[in-house]
Amino acid sequence: MKPAVILFPGSNRERDAARALKLVAGAKPNIVWHAEHELPAGTDLVVLPGGFSYGDYLRCGAIAARANIMTAVRAHAAKGGLVLGICNGFQILCEAGLLPGVLVRNARLRFVCREVLLRVERADTAYTKAYRKGDLIRIPVAHGEGNYTADDATIAQLEHEGRVAFRYARADGQIDETDGPNGSINGIAGIYSEKFNVLGMMPHPEDYIEPEIGPTDGRGLFESLAGALKAA
Amino acid sequence: MKARVIVTLKSAVLDPQGKAIEGALRSLGVNGVQSVRQGKVFDVELAGNDQATAEAALKEACEKLLANTVIETYRIEFA
Repeated sequence: MKPAVILFPGSNRERDAARALKLVAGAKPNIVWHAEHELPAGTDLVVLPGGFSYGDYLRCGAIAARANIMTAVRAHAAKGGLVLGICNGFQILCEAGLLPGVLVRNARLRFVCREVLLRVERADTAYTKAYRKGDLIRIPVAHGEGNYTADDATIAQLEHEGRVAFRYARADGQIDETDGPNGSINGIAGIYSEKFNVLGMMPHPEDYIEPEIGPTDGRGLFESLAGALKAA
Repeated sequence: MKARVIVTLKSAVLDPQGKAIEGALRSLGVNGVQSVRQGKVFDVELAGNDQATAEAALKEACEKLLANTVIETYRIEFA
């Protein structure tokens, strides 16, 4: 496994993402500056970390999505390479057109920083094999613009193709948009690309990997990636 | 030459910020405000004096960066 974590000006969760990859997946991630034109040779996973790239100027992720390195990230994704965008990374993937739709201001206008329950919608992807379908996992969110939206046709297509990765759920496993942290359509917390190699998600799995700190429900995602890339 | 680019949310897209501003205006006692939608304005200076060239450049700027056409529309005005 050879991950590259992309660092944009204003990213601030790159070290947490790298730490999770190291502790859980045993990887040695490269931190790659956004102005680079190429990914390190042999990169098999690109992570776009959380933070506030370019201070959220213009729109969240808009300027980072046009950075030099994104041409290489796009080429990597087009070849079926894995790309994980967390929080601001998800916003960047949408702005870059690697995932459909857009993340707008939370419905209740508040920055939401708390733990949420996520329902794992499928357990057969490179990111979720260590979970079971329908698992409810505790993962924290910390964002002001996590309200996923797209036109009706796009939402219908995502649902039809089973491309919703995680939804904000209640303790009984049911989805209630009005209970969610940000007002996302259908409780969407994360989505896959058409070929399931690109995943964007607002919650931070890298926050919940160590028992000393609290729950460890985020480990599954990194374990899944380690498994998928070892097998490849 | 100078131009102004106005980017606004498509009418079908909810605008929670506009709603909050609308509520604030009401609570300030400003009468007659029926609704508020928030947008962005970019004042751009362009080289040359050919409006068609400038408009083409601004259109490209909007499509590539200034607007997210999933949720926003744009309008270009010349002074």
